Amino acid sequence: MAELNTGDGGGKKGSGKVRSKKQNSKVDLTAMVDLAFLLITFFMLTTTLSKPQSMNLGLPDKDPDKDKNKDVKVDENRTMTILLGDNNKLVRYVGLLATPVAGGAPKDFAFGKDGIRQELLNRKEKVLQYTGNKDKGMIVIIKPSKKSNYRNLVDILDEMAIVNVPTYAIVNEFTPEEAKLLGDSSSAPASPTEPAATNP
Amino acid sequence: MKKKSTSTDMTAMCDVAFLLLTFFILTATAKVPEVMPVDTPASTVQTKLPEKDLATLTVGNGKVFFDVKGKDVRIRTLELMGNKYGVKFSEDDQKSFAIMESFGVPMGSLKQILDLKPADRKKVQQPGIPKDSLDNQLADWVQNARIANIELHDKELELAIKGDAKEEYPIIKRVMDILQDQKINNFSLVTGLRGKEK
Repeated sequence: MAELNTGDGGGKKGSGKVRSKKQNSKVDLTAMVDLAFLLITFFMLTTTLSKPQSMNLGLPDKDPDKDKNKDVKVDENRTMTILLGDNNKLVRYVGLLATPVAGGAPKDFAFGKDGIRQELLNRKEKVLQYTGNKDKGMIVIIKPSKKSNYRNLVDILDEMAIVNVPTYAIVNEFTPEEAKLLGDSSSAPASPTEPAATNP
Repeated sequence: MKKKSTSTDMTAMCDVAFLLLTFFILTATAKVPEVMPVDTPASTVQTKLPEKDLATLTVGNGKVFFDVKGKDVRIRTLELMGNKYGVKFSEDDQKSFAIMESFGVPMGSLKQILDLKPADRKKVQQPGIPKDSLDNQLADWVQNARIANIELHDKELELAIKGDAKEEYPIIKRVMDILQDQKINNFSLVTGLRGKEK
Protein backbone atom coordinates (compact mmCIF):
# COMPACT_ATOMS: atom_id res chain seq x y z
CA MET A 1 0.00 0.00 0.00
CA ALA A 2 1.34 3.34 0.85
CA GLU A 3 5.02 3.59 0.98
CA LEU A 4 6.78 5.92 3.25
CA ASN A 5 7.40 9.03 1.35
CA THR A 6 10.73 10.50 2.13
CA GLY A 7 11.44 12.43 -0.99
CA ASP A 8 10.00 15.74 -1.91
CA GLY A 9 9.97 15.29 -5.61
CA GLY A 10 6.74 14.34 -7.20
CA GLY A 11 5.20 12.42 -4.39
CA LYS A 12 2.82 15.16 -3.42
CA LYS A 13 -0.26 13.63 -4.81
CA GLY A 14 0.46 10.15 -3.74
CA SER A 15 1.38 11.00 -0.21
CA GLY A 16 -1.92 12.69 0.50
CA LYS A 17 -3.09 9.92 2.72
CA VAL A 18 0.10 9.21 4.51
CA ARG A 19 1.19 12.75 5.21
CA SER A 20 2.11 13.01 8.83
CA LYS A 21 -0.86 14.25 10.69
CA LYS A 22 -0.84 17.99 11.17
CA GLN A 23 -0.12 18.70 14.81
CA ASN A 24 -3.07 20.30 16.47
CA SER A 25 -1.99 23.76 17.50
CA LYS A 26 -4.66 24.02 20.17
CA VAL A 27 -3.67 23.16 23.69
CA ASP A 28 -6.27 22.11 26.13
CA LEU A 29 -6.54 25.08 28.44
CA THR A 30 -9.24 23.73 30.72
CA ALA A 31 -6.95 22.77 33.55
CA MET A 32 -5.08 26.03 33.34
CA VAL A 33 -8.26 28.07 33.49
CA ASP A 34 -9.46 26.01 36.41
CA LEU A 35 -6.30 26.74 38.29
CA ALA A 36 -6.40 30.41 37.44
CA PHE A 37 -9.92 30.83 38.70
CA LEU A 38 -9.17 28.94 41.85
CA LEU A 39 -6.32 31.31 42.59
CA ILE A 40 -8.46 34.33 41.74
CA THR A 41 -11.08 33.21 44.19
CA PHE A 42 -8.47 32.70 46.84
CA PHE A 43 -6.90 36.12 46.42
CA MET A 44 -10.23 37.87 46.18
CA LEU A 45 -11.48 36.37 49.40
CA THR A 46 -8.30 36.87 51.34
CA THR A 47 -7.94 40.52 50.38
CA THR A 48 -11.44 41.48 51.42
CA LEU A 49 -11.74 39.24 54.44
CA SER A 50 -8.42 40.06 56.00
CA LYS A 51 -9.42 43.62 56.75
CA PRO A 52 -10.13 43.68 60.43
CA GLN A 53 -13.57 44.59 61.53
CA SER A 54 -14.14 47.27 64.02
CA MET A 55 -16.84 48.56 66.22
CA ASN A 56 -17.19 52.24 66.68
CA LEU A 57 -17.47 53.48 70.19
CA GLY A 58 -18.26 57.02 71.16
CA LEU A 59 -17.72 57.99 74.73
CA PRO A 60 -19.09 61.09 76.39
CA ASP A 61 -16.78 63.98 76.87
CA LYS A 62 -14.74 63.66 79.98
CA ASP A 63 -15.37 66.99 81.51
CA PRO A 64 -12.79 68.07 84.04
CA ASP A 65 -15.51 70.10 85.68
CA LYS A 66 -17.40 67.21 87.13
CA ASP A 67 -20.30 69.07 88.68
CA LYS A 68 -21.35 70.31 85.32
CA ASN A 69 -22.72 67.04 84.06
CA LYS A 70 -23.67 65.48 87.30
CA ASP A 71 -27.28 66.44 87.34
CA VAL A 72 -28.62 64.75 84.27
CA LYS A 73 -32.00 63.52 85.29
CA VAL A 74 -33.38 60.57 83.42
CA ASP A 75 -36.63 58.83 83.85
CA GLU A 76 -35.87 55.69 85.81
CA ASN A 77 -38.54 53.84 83.87
CA ARG A 78 -36.40 54.13 80.79
CA THR A 79 -33.13 52.93 82.17
CA MET A 80 -31.76 49.46 82.37
CA THR A 81 -28.50 48.90 84.17
CA ILE A 82 -26.31 46.01 83.16
CA LEU A 83 -23.58 44.95 85.54
CA LEU A 84 -20.76 42.83 84.20
CA GLY A 85 -18.95 40.58 86.63
CA ASP A 86 -16.26 37.98 86.42
CA ASN A 87 -16.81 34.55 84.81
CA ASN A 88 -19.28 35.94 82.28
CA LYS A 89 -21.67 36.98 84.98
CA LEU A 90 -24.26 39.51 83.95
CA VAL A 91 -26.84 41.12 86.19
CA ARG A 92 -29.40 43.59 85.04
CA TYR A 93 -32.02 45.66 86.76
CA VAL A 94 -34.51 48.16 85.46
CA GLY A 95 -35.08 51.48 87.11
CA LEU A 96 -33.46 52.27 90.43
CA LEU A 97 -31.80 49.53 92.36
CA ALA A 98 -33.75 50.26 95.54
CA THR A 99 -37.08 50.56 93.74
CA PRO A 100 -36.97 48.60 90.51
CA VAL A 101 -39.74 48.82 87.96
CA ALA A 102 -42.21 45.92 87.88
CA GLY A 103 -40.39 42.84 86.65
CA GLY A 104 -37.11 44.65 86.73
CA ALA A 105 -35.60 43.35 89.92
CA PRO A 106 -31.93 42.37 89.69
CA LYS A 107 -31.60 39.13 87.84
CA ASP A 108 -28.83 37.10 86.26
CA PHE A 109 -28.80 36.72 82.52
CA ALA A 110 -26.69 34.84 80.06
CA PHE A 111 -24.98 36.44 77.12
CA GLY A 112 -26.30 35.86 73.67
CA LYS A 113 -29.49 35.35 71.80
CA ASP A 114 -31.61 33.59 74.41
CA GLY A 115 -30.37 35.55 77.36
CA ILE A 116 -29.97 39.25 77.52
CA ARG A 117 -31.06 39.95 73.96
CA GLN A 118 -34.60 38.76 74.56
CA GLU A 119 -34.80 40.86 77.68
CA LEU A 120 -33.44 43.91 75.88
CA LEU A 121 -35.98 43.53 73.09
CA ASN A 122 -38.87 43.15 75.52
CA ARG A 123 -37.79 46.04 77.60
CA LYS A 124 -37.24 48.23 74.60
CA GLU A 125 -40.80 47.59 73.48
CA LYS A 126 -42.14 48.35 76.95
CA VAL A 127 -40.22 51.59 77.19
CA LEU A 128 -41.59 52.73 73.86
CA GLN A 129 -45.11 51.98 75.02
CA TYR A 130 -44.47 53.82 78.24
CA THR A 131 -43.07 56.98 76.72
CA GLY A 132 -45.12 56.84 73.55
CA ASN A 133 -42.36 58.82 71.90
CA LYS A 134 -39.98 57.37 69.37
CA ASP A 135 -37.23 59.76 70.39
CA LYS A 136 -37.36 58.64 73.99
CA GLY A 137 -36.23 55.08 73.85
CA MET A 138 -34.50 52.89 76.31
CA ILE A 139 -31.32 53.96 78.04
CA VAL A 140 -28.88 51.24 78.91
CA ILE A 141 -26.16 51.80 81.44
CA ILE A 142 -23.30 49.32 81.19
CA LYS A 143 -21.20 48.91 84.27
CA PRO A 144 -18.21 46.67 83.81
CA SER A 145 -16.63 45.66 87.08
CA LYS A 146 -12.90 45.39 87.66
CA LYS A 147 -13.01 41.67 87.13
CA SER A 148 -14.98 41.67 83.93
CA ASN A 149 -13.07 40.98 80.77
CA TYR A 150 -12.93 42.72 77.47
CA ARG A 151 -14.86 40.01 75.65
CA ASN A 152 -17.91 40.62 77.82
CA LEU A 153 -17.72 44.33 77.15
CA VAL A 154 -17.58 43.80 73.40
CA ASP A 155 -20.35 41.22 73.62
CA ILE A 156 -22.66 43.58 75.37
CA LEU A 157 -21.80 46.44 73.02
CA ASP A 158 -22.56 44.07 70.20
CA GLU A 159 -25.95 43.34 71.72
CA MET A 160 -26.59 47.06 71.82
CA ALA A 161 -25.89 47.20 68.10
CA ILE A 162 -28.06 44.18 67.34
CA VAL A 163 -31.00 45.29 69.44
CA ASN A 164 -30.50 48.85 68.26
CA VAL A 165 -30.63 50.50 71.62
CA PRO A 166 -30.75 54.24 70.99
CA THR A 167 -28.79 55.37 74.04
CA TYR A 168 -26.23 53.51 76.03
CA ALA A 169 -23.34 54.49 78.20
CA ILE A 170 -20.43 52.86 79.92
CA VAL A 171 -20.22 53.87 83.52
CA ASN A 172 -17.36 52.91 85.77
CA GLU A 173 -18.80 53.80 89.13
CA PHE A 174 -20.09 51.06 91.33
CA THR A 175 -22.17 51.51 94.43
CA PRO A 176 -21.59 48.96 97.19
CA GLU A 177 -25.05 47.51 96.59
CA GLU A 178 -24.29 46.90 92.97
CA ALA A 179 -21.00 45.32 93.84
CA LYS A 180 -22.84 42.98 96.17
CA LEU A 181 -25.10 41.90 93.33
CA LEU A 182 -22.15 40.59 91.41
CA GLY A 183 -21.10 38.45 94.32
CA ASP A 184 -18.40 38.99 96.86
CA SER A 185 -15.58 37.88 94.62
CA SER A 186 -15.60 41.05 92.62
CA SER A 187 -17.05 43.43 95.17
CA ALA A 188 -14.00 44.28 97.19
CA PRO A 189 -11.98 46.40 94.78
CA ALA A 190 -14.91 47.50 92.74
CA SER A 191 -15.41 51.07 93.82
CA PRO A 192 -12.21 53.04 93.80
CA THR A 193 -13.51 56.07 91.96
CA GLU A 194 -16.59 56.38 94.06
CA PRO A 195 -15.88 56.49 97.76
CA ALA A 196 -18.46 55.63 100.36
CA ALA A 197 -20.10 58.99 99.79
CA THR A 198 -22.88 57.56 97.69
CA ASN A 199 -23.77 55.07 100.34
CA PRO A 200 -26.79 56.42 102.20
CA MET B 1 -23.86 16.30 9.25
CA LYS B 2 -20.64 17.68 10.51
CA LYS B 3 -19.82 16.67 14.02
CA LYS B 4 -19.44 19.71 16.28
CA SER B 5 -16.31 19.90 18.31
CA THR B 6 -16.96 19.76 22.02
CA SER B 7 -13.92 21.71 23.06
CA THR B 8 -14.31 25.45 23.22
CA ASP B 9 -11.62 27.97 22.66
CA MET B 10 -10.46 28.93 26.09
CA THR B 11 -7.73 31.31 25.13
CA ALA B 12 -9.73 34.44 25.87
CA MET B 13 -11.05 33.06 29.13
CA CYS B 14 -7.57 32.11 30.17
CA ASP B 15 -6.33 35.59 29.36
CA VAL B 16 -9.00 37.23 31.47
CA ALA B 17 -8.48 34.84 34.32
CA PHE B 18 -4.77 35.51 34.48
CA LEU B 19 -5.26 39.24 34.16
CA LEU B 20 -7.55 39.21 37.18
CA LEU B 21 -5.19 36.91 39.01
CA THR B 22 -2.29 39.28 38.45
CA PHE B 23 -4.40 42.17 39.65
CA PHE B 24 -5.40 40.47 42.87
CA ILE B 25 -1.92 39.25 43.62
CA LEU B 26 -0.49 42.72 43.16
CA THR B 27 -3.13 44.46 45.23
CA ALA B 28 -2.94 41.92 48.03
CA THR B 29 -0.72 43.06 50.84
CA ALA B 30 1.47 40.63 52.63
CA LYS B 31 0.40 40.05 56.17
CA VAL B 32 2.89 41.36 58.63
CA PRO B 33 3.51 38.95 61.47
CA GLU B 34 2.27 40.35 64.70
CA VAL B 35 4.65 40.85 67.53
CA MET B 36 1.97 40.19 70.06
CA PRO B 37 -0.81 38.03 68.73
CA VAL B 38 -4.13 38.76 70.35
CA ASP B 39 -7.41 36.94 70.22
CA THR B 40 -9.96 39.60 69.42
CA PRO B 41 -13.50 39.11 70.64
CA ALA B 42 -16.12 38.41 68.02
CA SER B 43 -18.90 40.75 67.06
CA THR B 44 -21.56 40.98 64.42
CA VAL B 45 -20.68 44.53 63.45
CA GLN B 46 -19.56 44.66 59.85
CA THR B 47 -17.74 47.98 59.66
CA LYS B 48 -14.19 47.67 58.42
CA LEU B 49 -11.24 49.54 59.73
CA PRO B 50 -9.82 52.29 57.54
CA GLU B 51 -6.63 51.50 55.63
CA LYS B 52 -4.76 54.65 56.49
CA ASP B 53 -4.75 57.48 58.98
CA LEU B 54 -5.09 54.87 61.66
CA ALA B 55 -3.24 54.09 64.84
CA THR B 56 -3.79 50.79 66.57
CA LEU B 57 -3.25 50.17 70.25
CA THR B 58 -2.88 46.48 70.86
CA VAL B 59 -3.65 45.43 74.39
CA GLY B 60 -2.79 42.00 75.70
CA ASN B 61 -1.30 40.51 78.86
CA GLY B 62 -1.42 43.91 80.47
CA LYS B 63 0.93 45.35 77.86
CA VAL B 64 0.20 47.95 75.26
CA PHE B 65 1.73 47.96 71.80
CA PHE B 66 1.51 50.81 69.36
CA ASP B 67 1.27 50.92 65.60
CA VAL B 68 0.60 53.68 63.07
CA LYS B 69 -0.20 53.21 59.41
CA GLY B 70 1.79 55.03 56.76
CA LYS B 71 5.56 55.26 56.43
CA ASP B 72 5.71 59.06 56.30
CA VAL B 73 3.58 59.41 59.41
CA ARG B 74 5.72 56.88 61.25
CA ILE B 75 8.95 58.67 60.47
CA ARG B 76 7.56 62.02 61.50
CA THR B 77 6.15 60.52 64.70
CA LEU B 78 9.52 59.04 65.53
CA GLU B 79 11.17 62.41 64.96
CA LEU B 80 8.73 64.15 67.26
CA MET B 81 9.14 61.48 69.92
CA GLY B 82 12.91 61.66 69.58
CA ASN B 83 12.87 65.39 70.11
CA LYS B 84 10.69 65.06 73.15
CA TYR B 85 12.72 62.36 74.85
CA GLY B 86 16.11 63.53 73.63
CA VAL B 87 16.89 60.40 71.64
CA LYS B 88 18.61 60.77 68.29
CA PHE B 89 17.55 58.40 65.56
CA SER B 90 19.72 57.88 62.51
CA GLU B 91 18.43 57.62 58.96
CA ASP B 92 18.67 53.84 59.15
CA ASP B 93 16.73 53.78 62.39
CA GLN B 94 13.98 55.81 60.81
CA LYS B 95 13.86 53.52 57.82
CA SER B 96 13.57 50.40 59.87
CA PHE B 97 10.99 52.05 62.07
CA ALA B 98 8.92 52.91 59.01
CA ILE B 99 8.60 49.31 57.91
CA MET B 100 8.39 47.82 61.35
CA GLU B 101 5.30 46.26 62.77
CA SER B 102 3.81 47.29 66.09
CA PHE B 103 6.16 47.66 69.00
CA GLY B 104 5.97 47.82 72.74
CA VAL B 105 9.14 49.15 74.27
CA PRO B 106 9.94 52.25 76.26
CA MET B 107 11.77 55.03 74.42
CA GLY B 108 15.04 54.05 76.04
CA SER B 109 15.16 50.63 74.43
CA LEU B 110 13.55 51.53 71.13
CA LYS B 111 16.95 51.90 69.47
CA GLN B 112 17.98 48.37 70.41
CA ILE B 113 14.81 46.98 68.93
CA LEU B 114 15.37 48.95 65.73
CA ASP B 115 18.87 47.55 65.39
CA LEU B 116 17.60 43.99 65.49
CA LYS B 117 16.68 42.08 62.38
CA PRO B 118 12.93 41.90 61.80
CA ALA B 119 12.96 38.17 62.40
CA ASP B 120 14.67 38.58 65.75
CA ARG B 121 12.28 41.20 67.04
CA LYS B 122 9.64 38.63 67.72
CA LYS B 123 11.95 36.69 69.96
CA VAL B 124 12.64 39.59 72.24
CA GLN B 125 10.19 39.97 75.06
CA GLN B 126 8.86 43.48 74.67
CA PRO B 127 7.64 44.94 77.93
CA GLY B 128 4.94 47.18 76.48
CA ILE B 129 4.84 50.95 76.31
CA PRO B 130 4.81 52.61 79.72
CA LYS B 131 1.41 54.04 80.48
CA ASP B 132 1.58 55.09 84.13
CA SER B 133 0.67 58.60 85.05
CA LEU B 134 4.32 59.32 85.89
CA ASP B 135 5.79 57.99 82.68
CA ASN B 136 3.01 58.14 80.18
CA GLN B 137 4.83 57.46 76.95
CA LEU B 138 1.77 55.93 75.36
CA ALA B 139 -0.05 59.24 75.57
CA ASP B 140 2.94 60.93 73.92
CA TRP B 141 3.02 58.41 71.13
CA VAL B 142 -0.65 58.93 70.45
CA GLN B 143 -0.30 62.68 70.65
CA ASN B 144 2.70 62.86 68.33
CA ALA B 145 1.18 60.45 65.85
CA ARG B 146 -1.85 62.69 65.69
CA ILE B 147 0.33 65.76 65.16
CA ALA B 148 2.30 63.96 62.45
CA ASN B 149 -0.83 62.79 60.70
CA ILE B 150 -2.34 66.25 60.65
CA GLU B 151 0.92 67.73 59.34
CA LEU B 152 1.31 65.22 56.56
CA HIS B 153 -2.19 64.16 55.62
CA ASP B 154 -4.22 67.04 56.94
CA LYS B 155 -6.61 64.62 58.55
CA GLU B 156 -7.44 63.60 62.08
CA LEU B 157 -5.87 60.28 63.03
CA GLU B 158 -8.30 57.56 63.91
CA LEU B 159 -7.62 55.35 66.87
CA ALA B 160 -8.44 51.71 67.25
CA ILE B 161 -8.07 49.52 70.29
CA LYS B 162 -7.30 45.90 69.61
CA GLY B 163 -7.78 44.11 72.86
CA ASP B 164 -7.38 40.50 73.79
CA ALA B 165 -10.69 38.90 74.69
CA LYS B 166 -9.44 37.74 78.06
CA GLU B 167 -7.99 41.09 78.98
CA GLU B 168 -9.44 42.49 82.16
CA TYR B 169 -11.47 45.61 81.89
CA PRO B 170 -9.32 47.96 84.03
CA ILE B 171 -6.47 47.87 81.51
CA ILE B 172 -8.80 48.60 78.63
CA LYS B 173 -10.24 51.37 80.69
CA ARG B 174 -6.79 52.77 81.36
CA VAL B 175 -6.10 52.91 77.61
CA MET B 176 -9.48 54.50 76.97
CA ASP B 177 -8.73 57.04 79.67
CA ILE B 178 -5.44 57.95 78.02
CA LEU B 179 -7.29 58.56 74.79
CA GLN B 180 -10.00 60.50 76.51
CA ASP B 181 -7.45 62.68 78.25
CA GLN B 182 -6.61 63.89 74.76
CA LYS B 183 -10.25 64.46 73.97
CA ILE B 184 -10.45 61.45 71.70
CA ASN B 185 -13.93 60.33 72.52
CA ASN B 186 -14.57 58.39 69.39
CA PHE B 187 -12.55 55.36 68.54
CA SER B 188 -12.92 51.85 67.23
CA LEU B 189 -12.68 48.50 68.90
CA VAL B 190 -11.20 45.87 66.63
CA THR B 191 -13.26 42.71 66.63
CA GLY B 192 -13.27 39.43 64.81
CA LEU B 193 -16.00 38.02 62.71
CA ARG B 194 -18.72 36.12 64.47
CA GLY B 195 -19.53 33.14 62.33
CA LYS B 196 -22.80 31.58 63.39
CA GLU B 197 -25.27 32.83 65.94
CA LYS B 198 -25.06 30.67 68.94
